[in-house]
Amino acid sequence: MAFDKQEAKSVLFSPIFNNNPIALQVLGICSALAVTSKLETALVMSLALTVVVALSNMLISMIRKQIPSSIRIIVQMTIIASLVILVDQVLKAYAYEVSKQLSVFVGLIITNCIVMGRAEAYAMKNGPFMSLLDGIGNGLGYSVLLIVVGIIRELFGSGELLGYTILPSTANGGWYETNGMLVLPASSFFIIGFLIWALRAWKKDQVEDKE
Amino acid sequence: MSKKESPIKTIVVAVVLSLVCSVVVSFAAIQLKPQQELNKELDRKRNILIAARLLEQGGTQSEIDELFKQVETKVVDLSTGEFIEPPKGFNQRKFAKDPKTNKVLQGQADIAGIKRRSQFANVYLVHNGDELDTIVLPVHGYGLWSTMYGFLALEPDTKTVVGFKYYEQGETAGLGGEIENPTWLSQWPNKQVLNEQGEPVIKLVKGSAQTENQVDGLSGATLTSNGVENTLHYWLGEDGFGPFLERVRAGEI
Repeated sequence: MAFDKQEAKSVLFSPIFNNNPIALQVLGICSALAVTSKLETALVMSLALTVVVALSNMLISMIRKQIPSSIRIIVQMTIIASLVILVDQVLKAYAYEVSKQLSVFVGLIITNCIVMGRAEAYAMKNGPFMSLLDGIGNGLGYSVLLIVVGIIRELFGSGELLGYTILPSTANGGWYETNGMLVLPASSFFIIGFLIWALRAWKKDQVEDKE
Repeated sequence: MSKKESPIKTIVVAVVLSLVCSVVVSFAAIQLKPQQELNKELDRKRNILIAARLLEQGGTQSEIDELFKQVETKVVDLSTGEFIEPPKGFNQRKFAKDPKTNKVLQGQADIAGIKRRSQFANVYLVHNGDELDTIVLPVHGYGLWSTMYGFLALEPDTKTVVGFKYYEQGETAGLGGEIENPTWLSQWPNKQVLNEQGEPVIKLVKGSAQTENQVDGLSGATLTSNGVENTLHYWLGEDGFGPFLERVRAGEI
């Protein structure tokens, strides 16, 4: 396959702002709500999802010509599920504290629409290397959003970043009155909503036509 | 269509894929098991130390092992409250599942929602010289979604809380999951969990706690708060560590 540098670049980077899986396609927001109350969990979750979507895309693309279309969804699910279990086991062994905080959400990557969506929409039609790039790109797009939401929620919700105090909270004798709502999952709805608004104000072509 | 769609091919692909995936997954699970067990053990010790307020948080492997030297691990027969020799391969969670070593709880008896418990339980004693300083009891009970595991540390009078720590739960993150929040747990020390007769009286209340028998419930997590209360009532009650605590109060330990 001829390697097109331009296309590779666009596959890798366009999901970050131009075609962000969360902001434009509004996929995978369930975990974006649940794991972003702290930056650390958001980072680990981002990494876990990026690894899973990149590898699943590559593996599915490698065997795409062998997959009978009647069972293709199940085949994709099996590969994704195996990778997720693998990631979960590795986290339990080497990042025990974080894996406890993420609890079921690592396992729930299996049902994350981004992973399935990319497998079905891209990996089934393109070569392994481009699929790998597409997976990394979409993983990064997801990560960017999660990290931004994580920073906002941890900084203003508990006055900390990665556990380090930035704004000393009144509960710990400082001056900053923490915003309790930001600690709750529902606040991510608002933050993601505002981020989508900001993104679409910047990139007008993402605004949907009025029906 | 082409051969890609033949039923035989479909079955072959399905079988091969399942085999490859299961081998990969089992291999990873077995390879990583020792490291995971090590983490669990370290985490258990860490949480016991945090409950007994001998450690703030974190702590490296060597620090924890050093601190844990002052903790004595014992096994108690819950029905009599007496110490026994640890049965072979004692593990409270495994024993709770085995019909030979568990006790089935039904209806009214099962306030903590755990269905069955081991006949024996670990207790951890912290000594200060020869004096008994702190008793750490493992407790668990059902919240809203999950079984919540924790350690409750008591003074030798068995009524006053030294510290409380939840270390494993699957409650709603941000709501019930806040039972792991150190700020919430920090209001437990010096609360009175038992009355003069040795009956559990601790309550989780809505709003602010008024007396030393009350603790602030978790806002937005009433069922989790109820679960915590029931857990403590069960484990401090007659069917839980009651007989053992009775013996501690009588000065027999």
